[in-house]
Amino acid sequence: MKTDIILAGVGGQGILSIAASIGMAALGNELYIKQAEVHGMSQRGGAVQSHLRISTSPIASDLIPLGKADLILSVEPMESLRYLPYLAEHGWLVTNSNPYLNIPDYPDMGAIETQIAMHPNHVLLDADKMASELGSRKVSNMVILGAATPFIGIPYEHFETGIRAIFGRKGEEIVLLNLEALRKGKEITEDKV
Amino acid sequence: MQKMMLLGDEAIAQAALDAGISGVYAYPGTPSTEITEYVQKSPIAREGKVHSEWSANEKTAMEAALGMSYAGKRSMVCMKHVGLNVAADPFMNAAITGVNGGMVVAVADDPSMHSSQNEQDSRVFGKFAMIPVFEPADQQETYDMTYRAFDLSEQYKIPVMLRVTTRLAHSRSGVVTSEVRDQHAVVLPDNPIQFILLPSFARKSYQFLLDHQDAFEAESEQSVFNPFIDGSDRSLGIVVCGLAYNYLVENFNDHKVPHPVLKISQYPLPRKKLATLYEMCESILVIEEGYPVVEELLAGILGLGKKVRGRLDGTLPRAGELTPDLVGLAFGPQVKKIRKIPDIVANRPPALCKGCSHADVYHALNEVMGPFGEGRVFSDIGCYTLGALPPYNAIYTCVDMGASITMAKGAADAGLLPAVCVIGDSTFTHSGMTGLLDAVLQNSPITVIISDNSTTAMTGGQVSHATGRLDSICKGIGVDSKHVRTLNPLKKYHRNNVQVLKEEIAYEGISVIIAQRECIQTATRKRREARRESPQE
Repeated sequence: MKTDIILAGVGGQGILSIAASIGMAALGNELYIKQAEVHGMSQRGGAVQSHLRISTSPIASDLIPLGKADLILSVEPMESLRYLPYLAEHGWLVTNSNPYLNIPDYPDMGAIETQIAMHPNHVLLDADKMASELGSRKVSNMVILGAATPFIGIPYEHFETGIRAIFGRKGEEIVLLNLEALRKGKEITEDKV
Repeated sequence: MQKMMLLGDEAIAQAALDAGISGVYAYPGTPSTEITEYVQKSPIAREGKVHSEWSANEKTAMEAALGMSYAGKRSMVCMKHVGLNVAADPFMNAAITGVNGGMVVAVADDPSMHSSQNEQDSRVFGKFAMIPVFEPADQQETYDMTYRAFDLSEQYKIPVMLRVTTRLAHSRSGVVTSEVRDQHAVVLPDNPIQFILLPSFARKSYQFLLDHQDAFEAESEQSVFNPFIDGSDRSLGIVVCGLAYNYLVENFNDHKVPHPVLKISQYPLPRKKLATLYEMCESILVIEEGYPVVEELLAGILGLGKKVRGRLDGTLPRAGELTPDLVGLAFGPQVKKIRKIPDIVANRPPALCKGCSHADVYHALNEVMGPFGEGRVFSDIGCYTLGALPPYNAIYTCVDMGASITMAKGAADAGLLPAVCVIGDSTFTHSGMTGLLDAVLQNSPITVIISDNSTTAMTGGQVSHATGRLDSICKGIGVDSKHVRTLNPLKKYHRNNVQVLKEEIAYEGISVIIAQRECIQTATRKRREARRESPQE
């Protein structure tokens, strides 16, 4: 088993917390992991990405080669398109539909949706809205992760265990909220695989 | 022994702690910051009272690390590549004095300049100082080499460099740790003149360094970190340094390269191993992250001998970070379908945060400078460098830490007036104070704006040595107290701030304006932490 994931977003949107959740789930599966992160200047509201590689055999490069990513998981719609050169032919693109507007020339949302829809294996979801319905916009990243879980190749229960480990110290209420967000996301996509 | 998920930077820190360091010294700088931060958060470090407070700059850090080594304890100093320029004086001379307790100089280079003003290769600096250098390929090697570096340092009484690059510094993977060693006790150097570089002593010390070069090379020849991996296709031999090894093997099934490969992770270069590869192969490909250091040596200045390919002949790009795809292209065109980035995708460069105090400083400054025209504001290294971009377009220089004040002075000396500079608080105490002294002694007609957000913001909000001290430092250096002004960069004080700037820019002498308001990021973080501690509010 080998899954290469590009996590995409804008500095400050918390893609590293998603990476940590997947990493924790992978650890439970005794897998090899490499995770290249972006620290520094770009974190100030710039485009950021993380390359996350999970495999049953040793991993060489910290960076995913072009055309090899099995999944682009993006917390922002335009950012999901920035990394298309990495996506494998039959790879999945899972993205939040809610734009992060911090530049003057942000493109038309319709045009972005058209580009995303041109890709057969795509999931476009309003994770912020779904998270708000659960009671906290903060868990929107967890909704997106949930929607991506069927494409990662790790049993769903391992994500639940990982989330328990990460949020455990914040109390049972927070754990349950995150697990619920994860499940809401998963429900959107579980029949696609 | 345990397996941990660590960034390359964290692997350096964990290895140094396990090797029994008594202190780490550093100034924050991407991509090296996380080394020191890891030690600061480490329970073993706290328990063992391992020093980990930030230093004012890389030079003071290097000297303090050398002092700890003088006292017989193991020390580490960490910096980004350009930080080594600041620390170059103690670095070069520490190679001459040698060390007492083991000392490792951890340097994180930034090829492709993700967060830097150049992409200089610290291996060149290591060779310049004539000390051993380790260049790991992955997180486990980063741990193992750091751990080994302390032993090598003590064996030869020499500082040892550990060189990583951004990709390894900021990538996470599983690391198995080694046995935890105790810290050393305080013990003076055996030789009482070891650290006295008076010319007559220094000549002997330098000779000692020269005499050890063969031993360093012999270490590299025997090193398990410089393995030769044979391959049947000898039309090409590959020399691959550090992290580039991963990109090489990524391109072959099961990571098996059909050509003979010499992996280099310990310097000085093992000449015998290189000669063996050179003799057995028809041509050579050198893959290295950074400058074509090894390639240039192997090709020779006249390019005689066998064909040597790499960054110099265009097989690989001359500049920038390598990738698995770029290395793959060295073996011929790659056949794969790559999607394009749709044209509608707009650039999203980093920007000052909403509510950032620097933004208010620039709005006021732009209003004041408007009538004087462009090109009169010098600046420095920090978040506020983003003031060079729209919508501010407020500054015209960014060269090195502290250069804003001294460049403004030089421009004023040349007759470019008014000359204004914008420098951050932490950058000011890093390398701005001495320049201010120059300007004070000649009463240069420059206006120094210290945009004081009371933190080292760009690297994530580390403590700033300047906090609460700027007024007294500037007056102490000799700026006339009437011309040390303080303002609060908030929209509601805009009119007043513009007025203060106008007055001081009109003044024909040295003036300092301290524009103080805390970084919005650290302020928000503190508020959140306070709320967590007293949830009833």
